Amino acid sequence: MAEVEASKPAGTSQAAKPGLIDRGLGPIFRLERGERIRVTVIAVLFAFVFLVLPGMLSAYWTDVATAVVIYTIVALGLGLLMGRVGLVSLGQVAVLALGAWVGARLLFATGLPFPAVTIMTGLITMVLGSLIGLPALRVSGLYLALITLMLAGAITVVIAATDFPNGGGGFLGHTDATTGASQIRRPAIATGEHAYFRYTLIWAALMFALALWHVRGKPGRAWATIRQSEPAALAAGVNISLYKMWAFALASFMTGIAGALLAGSSGTLYNLTFPTQDSIILLAVVLMGGMYSLWGAVVAGLLIKLLPALLDSWGLPPDLLTILFGLGVIQVLTTAPTGLVDQFPKDMAKLGRLIWRAVGSPGRRAAGTAGPE
Amino acid sequence: MIKVENLEVQFGGVKPIDQMTVTFPGGTCGLIGPNGAGKTTFFNVLSGFVKPAAGTVTAFDENLLAMADYRRARWGLRRTFQTEQAIEELSLYDNVAMVEEHSSRNGGSSRREDVIGALKFVGLGGRDPGTKVGTLGARERRLVEIARAVVGKPRAVLLDEPAAGLPDEETEHMGSVIRRIPDEIGALVILVDHDMNLVSSCCELTSVLDFGKLIASGPTDEVLRDEHVIKAYLGSEEV
Repeated sequence: MAEVEASKPAGTSQAAKPGLIDRGLGPIFRLERGERIRVTVIAVLFAFVFLVLPGMLSAYWTDVATAVVIYTIVALGLGLLMGRVGLVSLGQVAVLALGAWVGARLLFATGLPFPAVTIMTGLITMVLGSLIGLPALRVSGLYLALITLMLAGAITVVIAATDFPNGGGGFLGHTDATTGASQIRRPAIATGEHAYFRYTLIWAALMFALALWHVRGKPGRAWATIRQSEPAALAAGVNISLYKMWAFALASFMTGIAGALLAGSSGTLYNLTFPTQDSIILLAVVLMGGMYSLWGAVVAGLLIKLLPALLDSWGLPPDLLTILFGLGVIQVLTTAPTGLVDQFPKDMAKLGRLIWRAVGSPGRRAAGTAGPE
Repeated sequence: MIKVENLEVQFGGVKPIDQMTVTFPGGTCGLIGPNGAGKTTFFNVLSGFVKPAAGTVTAFDENLLAMADYRRARWGLRRTFQTEQAIEELSLYDNVAMVEEHSSRNGGSSRREDVIGALKFVGLGGRDPGTKVGTLGARERRLVEIARAVVGKPRAVLLDEPAAGLPDEETEHMGSVIRRIPDEIGALVILVDHDMNLVSSCCELTSVLDFGKLIASGPTDEVLRDEHVIKAYLGSEEV
C-alpha cells in the first residue's frame, strides 16, 4: 500500500479521498492484509458469539455471559482512560452504579423505548461521571486515583441510603413494601435471556465502534500526545483540559450505557452488586487484560465475571479470586505490561514454534549432521 | 518580528531571566549561552509554560503573553524540545497530522498534502508515513519534531537544541533543513544550540544570554568574537 502510494506522483492517490482520511475512516477503508485478516476473525467470532453461543448455554450461563458483555463495556471505558490518556480512575464501578440507578429510574418513570432510555442514561451518566473527572484537570497519577476512589465511596454511601428504584413513587422511586415493587423492564424484543444477551452484545459492538472511531481519529492522536508529554501536547495546540474531560465523558457515557443494560438484565438492583472495592478489582482486570488494546476489555470482562462463576461452579471459594488477581497483576507488571490480550498470542506463537521444532527436529538433526561431515 | 522588553522570570530567589530586552527581526536568529543561561526558560515563557514576573513579549504586533498556552500554537507559535518529543505511539503521518489538526492556519482544507509536504520538507518523504515513530532512530525523530513544528504555516518556530546528540554529518542535514524554514515556510526561527558551527551556518543574527542577562546581540560573526561572550563561555575572574 505504502509502496504504491510512494510510486505515484504526490497528491493523486492521496487527494482522491482526503475527506475519509481526515475523519479517521480512512484506515477502515484502506485495509491492509493483516488488518483484513483481523476484521475477518473478529466478524467470525462475533457471528459465533451472537448466533451460536446462546444456543449452547443454559439460562444461568447466559446471564453470566450477559454480565461479561456489560462489564466488558465498563472495562472498555476504563481502558480508554488509562491506556490512552494515562488517567487512573478507581471510581468506575460507582459510575456503573450511577448508570444503573439512572437507567432504572428512567425505565420506571417513562414509557420510552428501551434504546432511547439507554442513550439517555448514557448521556446523564456522562455528565455525572465527568464531574468525577474534574479533579483530573488538576491532579494525576496516585492522587487522582485516590480522589476518584473517595468519590466512588461517597456515591456508594448515597446509593446505599436511597437504594435503587423498584417502581416506588417520588424522585427516588424506591419502596420498601413488597407489594408495590416491580421488576425493571427489558426491551420488548429481548425479554428472554438469550435475546437479552444478543441485545447487550449489539450495544457492546456499538461501544467498540465508538471507541475505535475515537482512538483512530483526532481525539486518539491528542490522547496519545497527552499521555507521552503534556508540554508537547500544549505546544501542538491541544486543549489538554478539554481532551481529558472528553475521555472521562466518553468512559462515563459507556459506563452509563452498561448501567442501563445491567438494570434491564437484573430486574432488581441491589447495593451488594456495586461494592466500592470492585472498582479496584476492575482496575486489576483491565491491567491484566491489556489496557493498550481495545480487545483487552473483553479479557477483562471475562476475568471479572466469568471467572467467579466458574470458580463457583467448581465449588471453589470466591476469595480465591482476590489471590488470583493479585498474582495476575504482579505477573502482568513484571513480564507482560501490555496485558494478556497482547501476551497470549505471542505465547501461543512461541508454543507453536516449540512444537514445530520438536516435530521438525528429527529431519533437521539429520540435515545438520549431514552438513559439516 | 518578536520583540521582548524587560522580561523577568523569578523562581524563588533565582532570576533565570533578568531584564531581558531583545528583538528577533526575522529569518533565523540564534540564541546562545552557557548551560543555565535561561535559554530554555525563555522558550518556556514564549510557549506559556512559565509566567514571567514582569516584561512584555510582542510577536507580530500581538501581545503573546496574554494568549492561553494552548492557543499559541494555532496563533502560529511552534517549538521543539531539548529532549525530543515526537510521539512514539503514533505513526509519522499521525505525528504531524495531530499538530496540523489542532493548530493549522490553513483551515484544514488540504490536510494530507500539508502533512506529506512537511514530511518531505524535512527529508522524510521517502519513508512510509504509516511507520510508527517509536521504531525510528534519533535523527529521524528529531526530523519528525521539525516536521511537527513547520506544518500548517507557523509564524515563529522555536528550536531548542535540535541537533543535540546528533553526529556531525546529521547535524549538517539538520542545518540545511533549518536554513530553508524562513523562506519556504515563511516563519521566523529562533535557534538555541551549543553547536557554534550550526548556529553560525544558520543565523545572520545571534543573541547571547548569560545568567539570565542579555550580554550581546548582533551579526553572528561579530557576536562570536565579542570578548564578553568569550569570557562567558570560557569563564573569567570577574563576570
